[in-house]
Amino acid sequence: MQIMFRDKKYEIKGGISARDAIKKIGVDPEAVLVVVNGKLVTDDAVLKDGDDVKLVAVVSGGQLCIAD
Amino acid sequence: MGFMRCRKCGGAAVINMRQHKLSLCGEHYSEWFVAQTDRAIEKYKMFTRDERVLVAVSGGKDSLSLWDTLLRLGYQADGLYIGLGINDPAPYSDASLEKTRAFVESGEWRVASGEDPASPITRYTPLLHVVDIEETYGKSIPQIARDKTRGHGKPCAACGLTKRYVMNRLAHDKGYAVLATGHNLDDEVAVLMQNTLRWQTGYLARQAPVLPASREGLTRKVKPFCRFYERETATYALVRGIDYIYDECPHAVGNLTNFYKTLLNQLETQSPGAKLSFYLEFLRARGEGAFEPFNQVETLHECEVCGQPTTAPGRCAFCRMWDVEKLDRATV
Ligand code: SF4
Ligand SMILES: [Zn+2]
Ligand SMILES: [Zn+2]
Repeated sequence: MQIMFRDKKYEIKGGISARDAIKKIGVDPEAVLVVVNGKLVTDDAVLKDGDDVKLVAVVSGGQLCIAD
Repeated sequence: MGFMRCRKCGGAAVINMRQHKLSLCGEHYSEWFVAQTDRAIEKYKMFTRDERVLVAVSGGKDSLSLWDTLLRLGYQADGLYIGLGINDPAPYSDASLEKTRAFVESGEWRVASGEDPASPITRYTPLLHVVDIEETYGKSIPQIARDKTRGHGKPCAACGLTKRYVMNRLAHDKGYAVLATGHNLDDEVAVLMQNTLRWQTGYLARQAPVLPASREGLTRKVKPFCRFYERETATYALVRGIDYIYDECPHAVGNLTNFYKTLLNQLETQSPGAKLSFYLEFLRARGEGAFEPFNQVETLHECEVCGQPTTAPGRCAFCRMWDVEKLDRATV
């Protein structure tokens, strides 16, 4: 199955939890949300071949940094 | 597909919060999130429904979610967008303003989901204030930063100073009781870590969910999302279908705050709840007076140009940077 993250595509074999797949591509599970076939899921969800998986980075500075 | 279930209804969970041992579906998460926000507002005595709140909005997930949540809770929350003019190499500021405008115009915050008791249809119609820095002061943030640093270094110092000033000034001039920002727990612990590693006790003493208006001319500052993890505010934005700007400011890439966020997330992955307890235990220690600055030398002066409070006589840091001689007080 394909995992999209920050405009990059990763090819991973199905039958693996989202959490393990995230770790496999070198990303911290704490730093992303997992969207499978358009639905937000928890990271214990098991990914199947053919699933459309997107990782959404949770860190976003916006422009409020240093504004306190 | 094996998945976690919502503790409330047994449906498929969209989030599992290990630090609370709580997993929830979209609908119950949204309800929980809104209720937790209200609890934080009450617990830290941030503001009441009779007070007018100015939300600093950037078009990002945190600030739009905050505005959305406050409106759903029935607070009188208006927005302030500051146009920094950061449009190179990509039109970051313009895109951020567009997302912010789209949010207000969509009236998304009006939509009550029927079953959701946390979302009464609000009757408050929010205002969006837009202050464009270049239009107001003659230069964009990248331009003034280039002038001041002779082309070296990042514009963040100039940007931070200007944003703080404009927010405070507008909140004060338009009579808002309080200024709310969307800082989440990850933002807070990243700063906490930086300050702790250098034992900056003065800064530690001032880091809090509520900063009272210590002097005339300043506005109370509050962070209603300070107990939410960043993944929680992002989840709320996705669940609510809030269209936010996904990209970060180009100057934020590789900054120290993000470096500490990454470190702290590694810690959190190994030890769920570590970020939350770092923050809450800090607030406890702070509440017990652990970081009271023993030597408060902040004397009160008024900036001779704009009248804002400043620590030294003469022009304030903002007026010095912008070389402001005379300021039309009516136009911020
Ligand atoms: S990263 Fe720097 S330039 Fe960008 S919004 Fe934050 S403070 Fe301003
Ligand atoms: Zn549920
Ligand atoms: Zn001044």
